[in-house]
Amino acid sequence: MSDPGKPSVPGGSSGESRRLSRSDAAYVARLARLDISDEELDLYADQLEAVLDYAAEVDSVDTTAVAPMAHPLPLVNVLRPDEPADSLDRDEVLAQAPASEDGRFMVPRILGEAP
Amino acid sequence: MGPDDPLELDGRPAPGRAEISEAGVTLDGWEAVVGLEVHCELKTATKLFCGCRNSFGDEPNTNICPVCLGLPGSLPVLNAAAVEMAMRIGTALNCDIRPSSFHRKNYFYPDMPKDYQISQYDEPINVGGWLDLPDGSRVGIVRAHIEEDTGKTTHLGASGRIHGASSSLVDYNRAGVPLVEIVSEPDIRSAEQARAYAAELRGILVATGASDGRMEEGSMRVDANVSVRRVGSDRLGTRCEVKNLNSLRSLGRAIEYEMRRQVDILASGGSVAQETRHFDEVKGMTVAMRSKEEAFDYRYFPEPDLVPLAPDDSWRTRVAASLGEMPAARRARLVELAANASSGPHLEASLSNQVATVVDLGLDDLVVAAISAGIDPSLALARAANEAAANAEAASGLDPSAFATLLGMEAGGKLSATQAKAVLAEMLAHGGDPETIARAKGFEALGDDELARAVREAVSANPAEWERYQAGEEKLAQFFVGQVMKATRGRADGKAVVAELGRLRG
Ligand SMILES: [Zn+2]
Repeated sequence: MSDPGKPSVPGGSSGESRRLSRSDAAYVARLARLDISDEELDLYADQLEAVLDYAAEVDSVDTTAVAPMAHPLPLVNVLRPDEPADSLDRDEVLAQAPASEDGRFMVPRILGEAP
Repeated sequence: MGPDDPLELDGRPAPGRAEISEAGVTLDGWEAVVGLEVHCELKTATKLFCGCRNSFGDEPNTNICPVCLGLPGSLPVLNAAAVEMAMRIGTALNCDIRPSSFHRKNYFYPDMPKDYQISQYDEPINVGGWLDLPDGSRVGIVRAHIEEDTGKTTHLGASGRIHGASSSLVDYNRAGVPLVEIVSEPDIRSAEQARAYAAELRGILVATGASDGRMEEGSMRVDANVSVRRVGSDRLGTRCEVKNLNSLRSLGRAIEYEMRRQVDILASGGSVAQETRHFDEVKGMTVAMRSKEEAFDYRYFPEPDLVPLAPDDSWRTRVAASLGEMPAARRARLVELAANASSGPHLEASLSNQVATVVDLGLDDLVVAAISAGIDPSLALARAANEAAANAEAASGLDPSAFATLLGMEAGGKLSATQAKAVLAEMLAHGGDPETIARAKGFEALGDDELARAVREAVSANPAEWERYQAGEEKLAQFFVGQVMKATRGRADGKAVVAELGRLRG
């Protein structure tokens, strides 16, 4: 939270070829908590590489005269007044959850502190 | 090698266990390098990105909606008051207020139902600043950025039984509550300075109106990055981040412990592992938290649902103009006022603690009103920092002129100190004006004759003590004051009793 730098590119890219390695694909899958088989790993590595190729096309456009932007819309300061609005009905919300107790969501036991 | 193993270091014997002086610098030449990260919950009416109430202590999960639950299709809209409060904090900390943007910090943990936290990342709203401490030292501020708080997880059910075996419970009332995270430079060199920084920052946050500064309720949370190095070195050692510091006392104890631990490791030739540690308040020690095999990859990316924030000059000017005086200025003003009104050239040193207490509790107005009404500053400060401070919440609502009137009655001898304190307690508990309360309590001024009679009676009832007093044993004056107080049920003025005793002695 307090350690800013440039946002990381998931998996990174290997120097000579831009081919996304199987371990890159496995890393991305782990970050997304996806449990995928070895065969699927090959399939997704190929597909992700195609996505990277497509993004590279955008990369090839000359943007030297364009200032970096955080958002495509020419808008800043979209704000709302600090006025309370109705919240949802707790029983109705908790009824959608797999489990609840004492007015709280019940989740599998948490190991360790928040990251 | 344990900390008690003797060894040679730099050609001289190292002490078995490094001793740490009060200032935080080790006797054998090590110093602490500390930076603090303070999370401050903003006192808005609603959450950062939705209209749910920001209200501590409500029934669990009663302040939740599609936005703060991360339901599909919901969209965040930034709370203008949260931005304004962040700007107030930045202004008070001498920061540069800049155009900023929001990122998503991605992680899986049940305290955030969206699976990401919206935070300012490489473009925070407040950059670079400083905070001056009462001892004259200055601590740099790296940044003070806006982010949302997370939900509250617990392993305890309302029934008190432990869910440790299979599950945890989550309350999302706090998820999405606005926070400002204030990151200091590693300029702090001791536990004492860290405490002073946190206390001063707390006072500033309260003075800006952005926070209630309640550490015990978690509305101000402090993490400390601690490393040690040889005094004179400009190299930074390996740091540990210490979490779970729920009070200024814990903050100080944790840094002292962590310093000693790291110095012991380094002095015995070991190396400090960079890790996050948890402060155990009961044991008074820091404990390494379960470490993961790989560093977290938060995959920060710009939040596509929010546009950038770019406060213009007029907004910044308006915020700066609306800020009241900060604690340091208020302390200086009180000290000056008190010194000018005092007979002596300098304010007694003991009064500066009272000034700090008065400002910390926001009771300045009481003291200013009393001193302006001609009350002796030491009496005004004492009643405010002791009796009024004991019920600070009520005292902040006290009418300053009523407080001044009460102290005038005490100073003029209409009320004894004991009676004045009783009247003040009543004013704090139930309100009302001091004259009416004093009358209702039967606190009529003891007439001169009545006082003289009470003193004479005390003297004749205690001939042995009177003889010793007459022989010059001054401390017996207090004995007679006590006797007269008892006889008059505290209605006598101590100074008047002493004066009468002196008169009788001739
Ligand atoms: Zn909400």
